[in-house]
Amino acid sequence: MNQQELQALRAMIVAHKRWDTLFGVIGILALMLGLMTFAALFADMAINGLGRISVDFLTSFPSRRAANAGILSAWVGSVLVMLVTAFAAVPLGVAAGVYLEEYAPKNWITDIIEINVSNLAGVPSIIYGLLALGLFVYTFGLGQSILTAGLTLALLILPVVIVATREAIRSIPQIIREGAYACGATTWQVVSDHIVPYSSAGILTGVIIGMARAIGETAPIITVGALTFIAFLPTMPFTGELPAGPFDWLFAPFTVMPIQMFNWTSRPEAAFLSNAAAAGFILVLMTLAMNGLAIWLRYRLRKNIKW
Amino acid sequence: MSEPSARLKKDLTRHVKERVIEAILFLAAFVSVFTTTAIVYILVSESWVFFQHVPLGDFLFDTQWTPLFDDAHYGIMVLLSGTITSSLVALLVAIPLGTIIAIYLSEFAPFAVREIAKPFLELLGGIPTIIYGYFALLFLTPLLQKVYPDLPGFNLLSAGIVMGIMIIPYVASLSEDAMRAVPMALREGSYATGATRLQTALWVVVPSAISGIASAYILGVSRAVGETMILAVAGGMQPNLTFNPAEPGATITSFIVQVALGDLPHGSIGYQTIFAAGLTLMLLTLVFNLIGYYMRKKYREAY
Amino acid sequence: MNAMTDRYETLLPLKAEARNLSFYYGNFQALKNINMPIYEKKVTSLIGPSGCGKSTYLRCFNRMHDLYPGNRYEGAIDFHPDHTDLLSKKVDPIEVRMRISMVFQKPNPFPKSIYENVAYGLRVRGENARSVIDDKVEAALRGAALWGEVKDRLKELGANLSGGQQQRLCIARALATDPELMLFDEPTSALDPIATASIEELITELKERVTILIVTHNMQQAARISDYTAYMYIGEMVEFGVTDQIFIKPKRKETEDYITGRFG
Repeated sequence: MNQQELQALRAMIVAHKRWDTLFGVIGILALMLGLMTFAALFADMAINGLGRISVDFLTSFPSRRAANAGILSAWVGSVLVMLVTAFAAVPLGVAAGVYLEEYAPKNWITDIIEINVSNLAGVPSIIYGLLALGLFVYTFGLGQSILTAGLTLALLILPVVIVATREAIRSIPQIIREGAYACGATTWQVVSDHIVPYSSAGILTGVIIGMARAIGETAPIITVGALTFIAFLPTMPFTGELPAGPFDWLFAPFTVMPIQMFNWTSRPEAAFLSNAAAAGFILVLMTLAMNGLAIWLRYRLRKNIKW
Repeated sequence: MSEPSARLKKDLTRHVKERVIEAILFLAAFVSVFTTTAIVYILVSESWVFFQHVPLGDFLFDTQWTPLFDDAHYGIMVLLSGTITSSLVALLVAIPLGTIIAIYLSEFAPFAVREIAKPFLELLGGIPTIIYGYFALLFLTPLLQKVYPDLPGFNLLSAGIVMGIMIIPYVASLSEDAMRAVPMALREGSYATGATRLQTALWVVVPSAISGIASAYILGVSRAVGETMILAVAGGMQPNLTFNPAEPGATITSFIVQVALGDLPHGSIGYQTIFAAGLTLMLLTLVFNLIGYYMRKKYREAY
Repeated sequence: MNAMTDRYETLLPLKAEARNLSFYYGNFQALKNINMPIYEKKVTSLIGPSGCGKSTYLRCFNRMHDLYPGNRYEGAIDFHPDHTDLLSKKVDPIEVRMRISMVFQKPNPFPKSIYENVAYGLRVRGENARSVIDDKVEAALRGAALWGEVKDRLKELGANLSGGQQQRLCIARALATDPELMLFDEPTSALDPIATASIEELITELKERVTILIVTHNMQQAARISDYTAYMYIGEMVEFGVTDQIFIKPKRKETEDYITGRFG
């Protein structure tokens, strides 16, 4: 190649690389847009809501007067619903994941289960609300209760728990199983002594991500008929005039954080919007903390794999 | 050594125990099939009653949706127009930005940037949609009204844009996964001819990952179509047969929320409309999910 | 010319010359102070046991290592006739790759048509004129002895071809841009013996037009197709010479041990 050709080549490369630089800038801008949206969202709620956050806000019931209103029934409701969700979704999801990875034969029933799991992950959450309304509320007669809401959200996050369980199990090398089988262990012994304990951190990550999603879900809970204005708490077990049974709270009417926020957002008075911002700020902090914990756990897990 | 018969008995109980456990685990896995069946059963059986009262032709072709009025009309088109308009706005935001972010993260970004950006996107995707609804109504709409003062307080445009921003993490993250799955040998083949990063990304990596990227888009569509709270909060809930995003409008999902917030008696026709609307939504997302499923399958086979 | 090349008692024109070339993957030194000439329009092969650094050395010539972080070159590769130092930080790796093309170990056709695979390098250079691309694609496919087999199916996917045809397609892709030097990284290791034979024949024909540097895991292949051979071991250039001399009477004991199969 002579000097003239080389000069032309170099000029062309400079021109081509300009597009690279341009795209690099566009890419960073697109990422920054996400970052800025997040910052705006967070700042907006902080500015409008921080002034409302106080101990009173956490320990008061909703009220017709915005300044007196609080989120006591909402956060208690969220905690109780999450309790039901965790109790239902974790054993069910882990069992299903274990079955699909360690037991399931290669046949059409397994295929159908797998297609169902991946399809359910894509079903809009409001459809789960309709399912729960028809099934839990009316067919099973569970009413518009904490139990109904908890079970609905459990079904909703079940695919997340199943997929996380399967991925965690899949990362365990085959030699671990073979080692245990070689000692004469049954399949269940291999699963309960080795597979589940070794994949527990991965499963936990999936459970946290699922719960973070459940705690922010609004649409299915509205559909099953959560009330938007609740000025009392479910009766504690063994208290009250007629002492409540240990599980009476499951059937109590309730509200949850996102519904409380929705209710305040749809009021025209600005004072209630501040309440909405305050409730939203707490809700965002809760989901960020949970998702952050899950991401951190997964990061630790990746660093510590020593197979 | 125990007696042979005792050992046999022990083996038998052990065997029975194993089978019982397997059966329990199978039932847990089968819950997913049960859930799908129950969803289909509930939606179809309630819609069945609905369609006894409302002819299918009216449902599909009527141009009004006033199920709660005395003069009731049940034209699903009205709700579909809201769903389609808001989803289109969302996709116009999410697909270009999500794709650009995916290409940038997969082909351009230094390792450290990717390591920070990926979890950050995940956090963004984990924010409850009610929060995004609040943001659309009380932050973006006032902002847009400064540019475009005629914009009503409730509109599909700002709900759609925020919905798009909400979907970006899904589109970006799944597209990036598809691009990362393209073998390094193809990139090296391209770089070895003197291609720049952008040429390699656009001419080799993206075409190679196209079915994975397409399935990310499909997932985005299905999210947009099924999204509820952003529209319920910021879109206004008036049924409105329009494709103009600058107007308020109801979607299939926001209509269901609206009805659920009221106090409709179980078994009334109003109660059944939400199941007919839900069935329409389910069919819509089922189509998208199936397309996405086959595309993912196809791209797994590619390597 | 430096002392190293003088030893080979030749006045053949040089295409490139490695001078004190060292290469590091992070802190690991993969190549140690390599000096070697590459003669114009000749086939030079690199042999040695796996892990000896021959592919690493080859990939220095088109700066492939620049694609990954943490890699570092020392020394120089003097590229003739313009005496550009290929390893210089001032020289853009893209410029290097536009002048020096590469064929990989496993055929890696793009998921595009046969035609577009060959046209790729031209499109990368901004060439858009259909007639120019048509001519060059045909010439490259003829040069890669593939034209007869694919001329009626240029629109088909490159991946539909057999393994040997795919590799010739990749050679056509590397040839279409009139490179000054072609790098082959064990191009036949994934192919059956018949396809291997056709690629070897092709390489022998190609040296009429272009300088070739080839890494091979197969000593017979090096003996069959190359004019010069270099034996490498653990990142060092043990011996370089005319192929016949390397195989018949190597100067170094290590080379002889490897050639005769006592080691490696």
